Amino acid sequence: MLADYSILLIGAILVNNFVLVQFLGLCPFMGVSNKLETAMGMSMATTFVLTLASACSHLTYHLLLQPLGLEYLRTISFILVIAVVVQFTEMVVRKSSPLLHRVLGVYLPLITTNCAVLGVALLNINKDHSFMQALFYGFGAALGFALVLILFAAMRERLAVADVPEPFRGPAIGMVTAGLMSLAFMGFAGLV
Amino acid sequence: MMAWVTDYPLLAALLALVGLGAPFGALLGFAAVRFRAEGNPIADEINAILPQTQCGQCGFPGCRPYAEAIAGGEAINKCPPGGEATIQALADLLDVEAPPLDAEHGEEKVKTVAYIREDECIGCTKCIQACPVDAILGAAKQMHTVIASECTGCDLCVEPCPVDCIDMLPLEESLQTWHWQLPAPRSNNLEIIATDSVTAERAA
Repeated sequence: MLADYSILLIGAILVNNFVLVQFLGLCPFMGVSNKLETAMGMSMATTFVLTLASACSHLTYHLLLQPLGLEYLRTISFILVIAVVVQFTEMVVRKSSPLLHRVLGVYLPLITTNCAVLGVALLNINKDHSFMQALFYGFGAALGFALVLILFAAMRERLAVADVPEPFRGPAIGMVTAGLMSLAFMGFAGLV
Repeated sequence: MMAWVTDYPLLAALLALVGLGAPFGALLGFAAVRFRAEGNPIADEINAILPQTQCGQCGFPGCRPYAEAIAGGEAINKCPPGGEATIQALADLLDVEAPPLDAEHGEEKVKTVAYIREDECIGCTKCIQACPVDAILGAAKQMHTVIASECTGCDLCVEPCPVDCIDMLPLEESLQTWHWQLPAPRSNNLEIIATDSVTAERAA
């Protein structure tokens, strides 16, 4: 039981890392990794939303779409669910905890367009996960995203001051670095 | 129920989406009223960019009031202590063109810290009253001194001093203020193509 969940977590964090192995959510990965501080804020916000959205879309699918035989509506329904979850979370956090809102606030609306969130929701259906499995899978995917985003941001901070040949400066060396990181993460294949 | 869904699949799909969307919309509408937030979040972000010298050179009583004024449409180029870097950051945040610094409010200077020549100080407390960040320590007829780590270098204490014993010294570079220099672009006339240098040599 516990072993199953830990395998699910490790699988989502390392082996099938959403960014570097499945290539989902590359937009925030390249976009908000220029500073370590913003990367941490983004990671926390994504962890929060991804776990919640994974559970909510699982409920929507199994309580509404499946009984009505409308499985083909899952993509558009999940987009709706994710957008509402993100908006609602932002409103609640802004009111209840201004400190948390200062950390997460700017990044929360950006998550609506993070395709890893939709990817997790759809993969939950494909892999026929139970509710608890969906919750853990979403959390693991988010932890994996946070891990590589923070690692990558730390590297890019060093790259910004490194003596990189001029044509490679900026996003170009970022892409090269991401590719090398991706190669490294491919090495986890077969771990679980 | 199920028969009806299979008989009219399009209508069923439409109803399901409306049934999903309407409660969600209602939930968000309710949340917008229930969790209405006070304050202007954009003013907070602007305030975070401003240098917090509280010097009032912009014509506002401090950085926070100026941030609120910018959120209300005030020009962003009135902050001399922040200089071009602050204007650029504000322009990025508000998505507007970055205007040059408004010379009317003062010029950008190197960061300074106030220093009181203590044997000349007569203990009049006038500089203490002028300091916007309470960085000057002292009492009436006692010698005053500046808490260097609190001083924002705003110049406001220099004017009221009757014996002119306050100097503005440039801030010394320490481990806390040192930054790694960004690599400078090597040259503007890069020899990208090998023949470029040949033609340049021939011309010379």
